[in-house]
Amino acid sequence: MSDSTAIAHGTAEAHHEHPPYQRHHFETIAQQNDATNFAMWLFLLTEIMFFGGLFTAYLIYRNWYYPAFVQGSHQLQIGWGTANTAVLITSSFTMAMGVWSAEMRKKGALVLCLVLTFTLGLVFLGIKTIEYSEKIEKHHVPGFHYSVQSFVDPASDPEVYNEYHDKPLALDMARHTELYFFLYFAMTGMHALHMIIGIAILGFMIFRARAGAYTTGHVTFVENFGLYWHFVDIVWIFLFPLLYLINRHPLAH
Amino acid sequence: MSDTIVTLPDQSTARIPKMNYLTKENGLLSWLLTGDHKRIAILYLISISFFFFVGGSLAGLIRLELLTPQSDLMATDTYNKVFSMHGIIMVFFFLVPSVPATIGNFIIPMMIGAKDLALPKVNLLSWYLYVAAGILALYTMASGGVDTGWTFTTPLSTHYVNTHVLTTGMAVFIAGFSSIFTGLNFIVTIHKMRAPGMTWFRLPLFVWAHYAASILMVLGTPVLAIAIVLMALERTVGIGVFDPTKGGDPLLFQHLFWFYSHPAVYIMILPGMGVISEVISTFSRKRVFGYTAVAFSSVAIAVFGFFVWAHHMFIMGISNYAVLIFSLLTMLVAVPSAIKIFNWAFTLYKGSITFETPMLYAFGFMGLFTIGGMTGVFLGASGTDIHLTETYFIVAHFHFVMVGGMLMAFLSGIHFWWPKMTGRMYPEKISQLAAVVTFIGFNLTFFPQFILGTLGMPRRYASYPPEFQILNVFSTAGASVLGVGYLLPVLYLTWSLKYGEIAGNNPWQATGLEWQVQSPPLTENFPEIPIVDHEAYDYEWLERQKEKEVASVG
Repeated sequence: MSDSTAIAHGTAEAHHEHPPYQRHHFETIAQQNDATNFAMWLFLLTEIMFFGGLFTAYLIYRNWYYPAFVQGSHQLQIGWGTANTAVLITSSFTMAMGVWSAEMRKKGALVLCLVLTFTLGLVFLGIKTIEYSEKIEKHHVPGFHYSVQSFVDPASDPEVYNEYHDKPLALDMARHTELYFFLYFAMTGMHALHMIIGIAILGFMIFRARAGAYTTGHVTFVENFGLYWHFVDIVWIFLFPLLYLINRHPLAH
Repeated sequence: MSDTIVTLPDQSTARIPKMNYLTKENGLLSWLLTGDHKRIAILYLISISFFFFVGGSLAGLIRLELLTPQSDLMATDTYNKVFSMHGIIMVFFFLVPSVPATIGNFIIPMMIGAKDLALPKVNLLSWYLYVAAGILALYTMASGGVDTGWTFTTPLSTHYVNTHVLTTGMAVFIAGFSSIFTGLNFIVTIHKMRAPGMTWFRLPLFVWAHYAASILMVLGTPVLAIAIVLMALERTVGIGVFDPTKGGDPLLFQHLFWFYSHPAVYIMILPGMGVISEVISTFSRKRVFGYTAVAFSSVAIAVFGFFVWAHHMFIMGISNYAVLIFSLLTMLVAVPSAIKIFNWAFTLYKGSITFETPMLYAFGFMGLFTIGGMTGVFLGASGTDIHLTETYFIVAHFHFVMVGGMLMAFLSGIHFWWPKMTGRMYPEKISQLAAVVTFIGFNLTFFPQFILGTLGMPRRYASYPPEFQILNVFSTAGASVLGVGYLLPVLYLTWSLKYGEIAGNNPWQATGLEWQVQSPPLTENFPEIPIVDHEAYDYEWLERQKEKEVASVG
């Protein structure tokens, strides 16, 4: 009896030899990867609910104050928005390539991809800064000396007027553009905050990747960060049409 | 028939196992940096008990003030702050984490045959967030408090009051993330960490209840977070989103807030229902009647729970059609709750019932929750709601559910798993007395409030017409009895840590996997991962196990 148990015990011991990155409470590395991946998806679900509140507010107020939202939307620069969309989609591509490089254990390619993603993230924030500063100049930041000048007298804002020929809004409707701009800042600001967090984590990852951390077969961290980065990208894919494009060609008056 | 099923080992020879999760490492740091779900559960237990007594003292102040019709103990605005902080602390710092973060944290990995929760660091992070939020809430209280009520109602919170709305909001925001992380961890653990053979329909109902509650935590809490962020921005910057003068709508805040805060009620009660399922089965020696129905009723509560929030807003000017629909949906939630109560009743039917302390608390739960739930149907019907809302009827209703239901379930669970957590028993007679005192004190406190509410006494005022005094005196007297009922367990449970009898592995002869290992458990819970080949609550399986044990020793 003792022999057979000893053998069984021996194989059990051998079975418990596992790579250093396997946490003690997981039976197999596959279980660990599965669990952390699943946790990331759940976390992204909570993020969707978090942004959901803002999207609800946008939906309701857009319905109520349609003319104000149309003219508010006309104030956004579609050129910059499109450029940013391109930048972000490219960064998602480089991130996906990064995950692939980690899986293929190509350290140089991984570091390159992460640096590219990092840079593109910064470019996105740079463009966002240009757009925000323009809003500040025009007093379109809600709460801080907000001005309805561009909406009660559109001709005073020739750049936008020449493109859209908006009719002046009555003062009470014009004041509702403040809500539009609040939602603009809240949604893009919350998105930018997620970008900043992502860029900070990317910086940390570049540092670790250069030391060879993710190219030894354990890629869960890179993979999960990739999910986060794509999520942030997808939020923008919803924000861009909702804020910029939706009133490019408004319904006939 | 014996009147008890408790089997303790021979006290003259029994010892607490030398190696267990408490003795594995020593020193404060080994606790503060632990990844062990059992230690984190103990940390949580200590912190939520502290907040329970802070919130309880505030409740004591409220009842003292209401002893007399005039506002004499404190100024009226102090009274507003006291009831607001009572609500905030009890809801966000006691009820929401109560059973999940303590008992759930401790027991769920053991019930499903895992060594730990899937994400131990996230689990510890959730405790730190809770503590940070708690300290912020206490700081707020010390520096002047907040008087918006626990609901942060706009435009009161954004435009009118001059108290610490922002810091309190921040505390609730942070506490919310602590609860998200707990829920997320549970869902991942229940999906991915079950032992071989532990199928979904072999899971104890405690696990099903926590799974349902976790879904609510993960989906609901982020919406509370965004509602609080918007409220804070409205208050500081004046963004207009809840400000009618700028085109915003204060009702939007109500929608966002109650989208979380109604499901939050189920976050609070579902884990309690899980406790009751375990306790009722163990002390009537029967498999829970209609296991599948009880399991799915938890999920049904979670799903319906998301579609009833506007019943908090019947008098706030939502459309009549919305009132109609939400009224109907509210009645529907009563169905899965009733399924649970009926199934527990059928579990008792022809069972070998014994009356240990956890069972007494569970009986308390069944009675009080039924009253609380049925008065909820009164309030769900819009006609009666218009008469009863904002009166003491509401206060009585949710205290029957939250205190009579959830707190009873929490105490039941603590008494049930205490021997597993500490390895020691508490004194039986005095704990039974505490359960009875709590039940009597509770009814004396809150039943008069139903009558007061029907008579029209409004909630949230420091003074009231003199004709209501007699019932308020009853209520305050009851609160004192209730206070004794809550202090007693603290005393004898602390006493039992050193002087209690050695409990052994399975003092209640219960079937859960957690009872088949030593008490207190090892850090890794199981010497080897169990292979599950039996259904939950299989008492015949347990008998066979015992025979085997005797045979092998012999």
